Amino acid sequence: MKIASQENSAVAMVKAALERAEKYQPEYHIFNWINEQALDQAQEIDRRIASGEPVGRLAGVPYAIKDNFLAPLGETTASAHILEGFTSPVTATAVQKLEAEGAVLIGRTNLDAFAHGSSTENSYFGPTKNSKDLSRVAGGSSGGSAVAVALDIVQFATGTDTGGSIRQPASFNGVYGLKPTYGAISRYGVVAMASSTDCVGFFTGNPDDLDLLMEITAGQDAKDLTSLPDFYAQSQAKPVKKVGIIKDFDNESIDAEIRAALKAKVEQLRVSDVEIVELEMPALKHALAAYYIIVPAEIASNLSRHDGIRYGFRSESSSHLQDLYCNTRGEGFMSENKRRIMIGNFVLSSGFYDAYYLKAAKARTVIINEYAKAFEKCDLILTPVSPNPAFELGSKVNDPVAMYLEDVFSVPLNLAGLPGLTVPAGQTKQGLDIGLQLVGPRRSDRTLINFAKEMEEK
Amino acid sequence: MEVNQETIQHLAELSNFALSESESAGLQSNIQEILTYISELNQLDTEGIEPTYQVFEMENIWRPDEIMKQDASPDELLSLTETVEKHQIKVPKVL
Repeated sequence: MKIASQENSAVAMVKAALERAEKYQPEYHIFNWINEQALDQAQEIDRRIASGEPVGRLAGVPYAIKDNFLAPLGETTASAHILEGFTSPVTATAVQKLEAEGAVLIGRTNLDAFAHGSSTENSYFGPTKNSKDLSRVAGGSSGGSAVAVALDIVQFATGTDTGGSIRQPASFNGVYGLKPTYGAISRYGVVAMASSTDCVGFFTGNPDDLDLLMEITAGQDAKDLTSLPDFYAQSQAKPVKKVGIIKDFDNESIDAEIRAALKAKVEQLRVSDVEIVELEMPALKHALAAYYIIVPAEIASNLSRHDGIRYGFRSESSSHLQDLYCNTRGEGFMSENKRRIMIGNFVLSSGFYDAYYLKAAKARTVIINEYAKAFEKCDLILTPVSPNPAFELGSKVNDPVAMYLEDVFSVPLNLAGLPGLTVPAGQTKQGLDIGLQLVGPRRSDRTLINFAKEMEEK
Repeated sequence: MEVNQETIQHLAELSNFALSESESAGLQSNIQEILTYISELNQLDTEGIEPTYQVFEMENIWRPDEIMKQDASPDELLSLTETVEKHQIKVPKVL
């Protein structure tokens, strides 16, 4: 991380970030809000440095947050109409920790409304464009954060990953994207999607920065009872001697150039004395179906709080309370939000619960067991992030199942609570970014980051 | 499982939202496709398998029975809505 110092002023760094944000914003639509107060904060950091006062580990570092992190810095919209006008009085724990280290917020980044999507096209404010090709999607749901780092506007950005929402946009834009072990970073103050799989994570330009951000943000939080006692600070990177590749993941449905990139990486590892282990993981192909039962069920429950009464958008024309709920939610949610809420209510309704929700919860156990067996044979697993590079805007937005299939390699981890890391792995002939995914056992986050570093050096 | 307009209206009711006619038609085919897709899960054998509902691996987190300091005051929370009267949020008639 490049931090502010006597020679390198916070004001200069923040000014450069704001200028780049303003320059790219009209074409790429990266931000929902840009922080006009950022320079004041930078000046204060420079003053502290000049007078010899202590500054944090992220002093003057320009950063962005996905617009589903609460903080009284601009409105928190989650790119959804129903939250428009909502300025949170509370601050997400992750944001609080970053601010305490002197990082300077440049803006709030665009996402699929409520993080429902894989392209950032489901945003109420319009899509974010891919950093390499304006006719293509940024990926999603954390598309704005990925592009903000890829275009070098900020040094890092926060994201959330429920089924691939950090890893896929990272791969579409050639940056690093970490989805930590479930519970590593507090979810307090993050707009909830699916509580049993939601994770806070980061986009950066290199693995070292991920390490520092984990050091700063990981840890137990009394405000999130599913946050783990801080394992990251105490953990050590384990040597990686065996890397697993999944046989079932090498087939015609995957883009040829992505398969080639994976093969090239495997060869590179082989020459550097890493043993490659072929894994059979037949249950993983069912993970997507299980995911699109469990996650909508949790969405239906979490999004029931948005009623138009206490904050955000409220529909005007209602004479009765029940109409107010129905009109507010009808007008305030995007189509994809509605699809997921309805699927959730379907799989949870009596008569269908056992056939869908219970079945998916059992599938989740099978998937967890399959990973556990795999990690008896290897230290990490290497897979594609998505079946194809960034696709064209509009090509999948009206075909939900095609959009869901984008997440086929990323969702199994979330069901098992495992950490996953997208590492850049070159580009297609057309110049689109390719990423590969490293997957480790629970709490192996440091090993993943360290191995990414070793791969970068090789 | 066949999805018809009745199913869509029932789900919309459970979900507490109003749908326009054109929206209902689109959702009918979307939800049909999604349900067909997720039904492939039936091919996975889960005989004798226990369900998993969370991957947190911890149970019974205790804390002292004391009121935690709140991040926002009642006044701050009430200021998030425009229709406040006598320190209460005003809504349309309930019955």
